[in-house]
Amino acid sequence: MIAIVDYGAGNLTSVARAVSFLGYTPRVTRDPAEIAGADRIIFPGVGAAGSAMTGMEERGIDGAMKQAFGAGTPMLGICVGCQIIMDKSQENDARCLGLIPGEVHAFPEKMDSGDGYPLKVPHMGWNGLEVVQDHPLFQGVGKDDEFYFVHSYFPVPKDPKAVFGRTDYGVTFASAIGTDNLFATQFHLEKSGEPGLLILKNFCVWKPC
Amino acid sequence: MLSKRIIPCLDVREGKTTKGVKFQNNVEIGDPVEMARFYYEAGADELVFYDITASHEKRDIMIDVVKRVAETIFIPFSVGGGIRTLEDMRTVLLAGAEKVSVNSAAVKNPDIIRQGAQAFGNQCVVLGMDVKHVGQKEGIPSGYEIVINGGRTYMGMDALEWAKRAQDLGAGEICLNSIDADGTKDGYEMNLTRLISDAVDIPVIASGGAGTPSHLADILTQGRADAALIASMVHFGTYTVNEIKGYLQEKGVKVRKTW
Repeated sequence: MIAIVDYGAGNLTSVARAVSFLGYTPRVTRDPAEIAGADRIIFPGVGAAGSAMTGMEERGIDGAMKQAFGAGTPMLGICVGCQIIMDKSQENDARCLGLIPGEVHAFPEKMDSGDGYPLKVPHMGWNGLEVVQDHPLFQGVGKDDEFYFVHSYFPVPKDPKAVFGRTDYGVTFASAIGTDNLFATQFHLEKSGEPGLLILKNFCVWKPC
Repeated sequence: MLSKRIIPCLDVREGKTTKGVKFQNNVEIGDPVEMARFYYEAGADELVFYDITASHEKRDIMIDVVKRVAETIFIPFSVGGGIRTLEDMRTVLLAGAEKVSVNSAAVKNPDIIRQGAQAFGNQCVVLGMDVKHVGQKEGIPSGYEIVINGGRTYMGMDALEWAKRAQDLGAGEICLNSIDADGTKDGYEMNLTRLISDAVDIPVIASGGAGTPSHLADILTQGRADAALIASMVHFGTYTVNEIKGYLQEKGVKVRKTW
């Protein structure tokens, strides 16, 4: 069973639909016991890391997430799910799960777009992915493939070994990160067409060593 | 670097896709779910659906279309038309749309933008603007006026001021439709698009008037639009999405490579 964690942070149905489309059975759940015992865990999310963490704590899910991480359950974070695995976020100074050491930073103000106008924030739309470290979830992803982003913050892992993919938008930021049995993308796999579905499918069969 | 988005737009009436000129003489052109799948596979970066069903009682038909589209394609899509309340917005988003677009309802009750942004996040709320060039006059300093009811009712609101106000209220994006250019295939309304794009910090989708790939190149560069809506030029098979993208790439416009 693939648990899709419902911690009150937005659209879970689109991730569930994508998982169903791939032929797997998703289960949207907020039950800590069910999450801790799941075969695989996906935690999507939109909005602010702080309110996402509050949603987790109120439901007692934060403990279940840490437990599953320690037990080696394959876990996939998407968007805000890619931020709450860090130690803390600059967004409202929120404390996060701390599964990957580092912080979540905001895009700098008034980044130059090259044509005299500042880049718009949030970073919204399709952008590239530079794979900096191979990962089983990247299998089949092409170098021209683009992914769909909607965010104003991004993760900054302390250890470069946690960075698997990078994206340029005014600054170069980590857009795919991971460690052990945990992987996370700042972009929306469920909204990134075929390349997104491919990574999602790779996750559904991933056996972390 | 962010790609410019190419967005086919589907007008849906009672569950069927239609296309008109200047909001009139609509002809049926197909099943919206099949067309969504077609454009998804053809390289569209996003889709826009407008429910132009006249009767509010038949809105359930559209919700069913949205659900089936969401099971079929895995790129963002927005739904607009007939969205009047926060509850309407919620229904559309829960049915699987990524974004919801408000137009007339926001003109009549701007607070719906704020409420929607607060409840679902700014990125979910698109302000649709139908605009007509009326020349500079009292109350319309930019010369562009907001119209509703398919261009029949003038609202005495300045388009530029409305765009800025909607951004302040929390709109995450503006879909800017020129009634003058809509369906003409003579090109987007360059002055209007540039005027609004320069004035707001949120993305602007240019709409109305696309007939050739060069129109898109112009509006995405000189017009400073972040995305371009297309309808007739792809609905009738004149161009494919990838032909348009290929042309744009040749012209130095960054697009998502889907071929």
